[in-house]
Amino acid sequence: MDYKDYYKIVGVDRDASQQEIKRAYKKLARKYHPDVSKEVDAEARFKALGEAYSVLKDPEKRAAYDELGANWKAGQEFRPPPDWGRGFEFSGSGVHAEDAGAYSDFFESLFGQGMGPQAGAGTRQGFNARGEDHHAKVQVDLEDTYKGASHGISLRTPELDNSGHVITKNRTLNVKIPKGVRQGQKIRLSGQGSPGHGNGGAGDLYLEIEFRPHSFYRPDGKDVYVDLPLTPWEAALGATVKVPTPDGPVDMKIPAGTSNDQKLRLKGRGIPGSPAGDIYVVAKLTLPPASSDADKEFYKKMQQDLPYNPRGHLEV
Amino acid sequence: MTKKILSGTLLDEQVHLSLTEFCQACSSGTEWVIELVEEGILEPSGEESSRWSFPGNSLSKAQRARRLQHDLEINLAGVALALELLDEIEALRSRLLRKEHLNE
Repeated sequence: MDYKDYYKIVGVDRDASQQEIKRAYKKLARKYHPDVSKEVDAEARFKALGEAYSVLKDPEKRAAYDELGANWKAGQEFRPPPDWGRGFEFSGSGVHAEDAGAYSDFFESLFGQGMGPQAGAGTRQGFNARGEDHHAKVQVDLEDTYKGASHGISLRTPELDNSGHVITKNRTLNVKIPKGVRQGQKIRLSGQGSPGHGNGGAGDLYLEIEFRPHSFYRPDGKDVYVDLPLTPWEAALGATVKVPTPDGPVDMKIPAGTSNDQKLRLKGRGIPGSPAGDIYVVAKLTLPPASSDADKEFYKKMQQDLPYNPRGHLEV
Repeated sequence: MTKKILSGTLLDEQVHLSLTEFCQACSSGTEWVIELVEEGILEPSGEESSRWSFPGNSLSKAQRARRLQHDLEINLAGVALALELLDEIEALRSRLLRKEHLNE
């Protein structure tokens, strides 16, 4: 397992005061909070930050972590020293970042399984209590929302066994993905959460839809964007070209004089619904390579016969 | 062996949840949801709380509110402001994407 440099993650020196650590953490937490940040790795960074802070904010854990020494480098192969942690007593629990997965192996090897954010989840139920709701993300293809589909999804649920240890249970569910579903929407499956206690019913399972990144479609709400490479003559003279859509290819009329990055709309071809979204086709002008002598001759002829100055407005 | 296909409810703007259902769906107490309504973060239809009806898509908003409140330790007024600004940024981003050179 890899060594984690908690000081580096929080962005402070090893001799930083508790106050400095708190300030640095708060600043980064606001920056990388997954509900605020647009950065792709925000969620992973926020989790790592929460883990680092849960150790550094707690003087007992911080002292134990410091005991490992300052010579480790982030990412270095790590084994806890055999006598490490002796004489330390950990009292607090981990942070409570909601939805945070289990902490890293590195954290668990140092502070034990019982200290992570999932420990204790689901144990605070009274007697006739309704089972807990579960939340999970499910990745689907954009095509699935056009046709509707059913997906086998695997879920890992931490549960307590009879002796009170946390075990991870795997289960697979076959779930219908309704037509017209959009990124971030939720599907509720009644009774698929944790079983209830006593007379309480089972909790529900909430699945959040996430589109698997596609090599050329970019969904935005109900709409879908696709880049369409065009030759200079297609853009200048107009043409009818085949455009892919998740429903199958369509013929699209490119108007004469289309410019680069111009958006052309295929009305109602976006994600189905009432009303359905649109597809925006973004024109991307490409140049044929001038690799052979004949190609070069052709470009030279254009240079002579086609007077064109794209830099006129720059006044140079 | 073929497994049974489960059909869930898509929680979009067409689905409406009562206060009790809504609280259950975001595993929170009634008071917290009432606070969100008083702060203007959630806008259920219906006059009294017993007749409130929440559109399904407001569930995500409540969950975002809770994560922000909890993870960043901000009060609900601050959460309301953050959510409004985030929505505005999102709308501007979308508009920018759409308007840029759009020429039909």
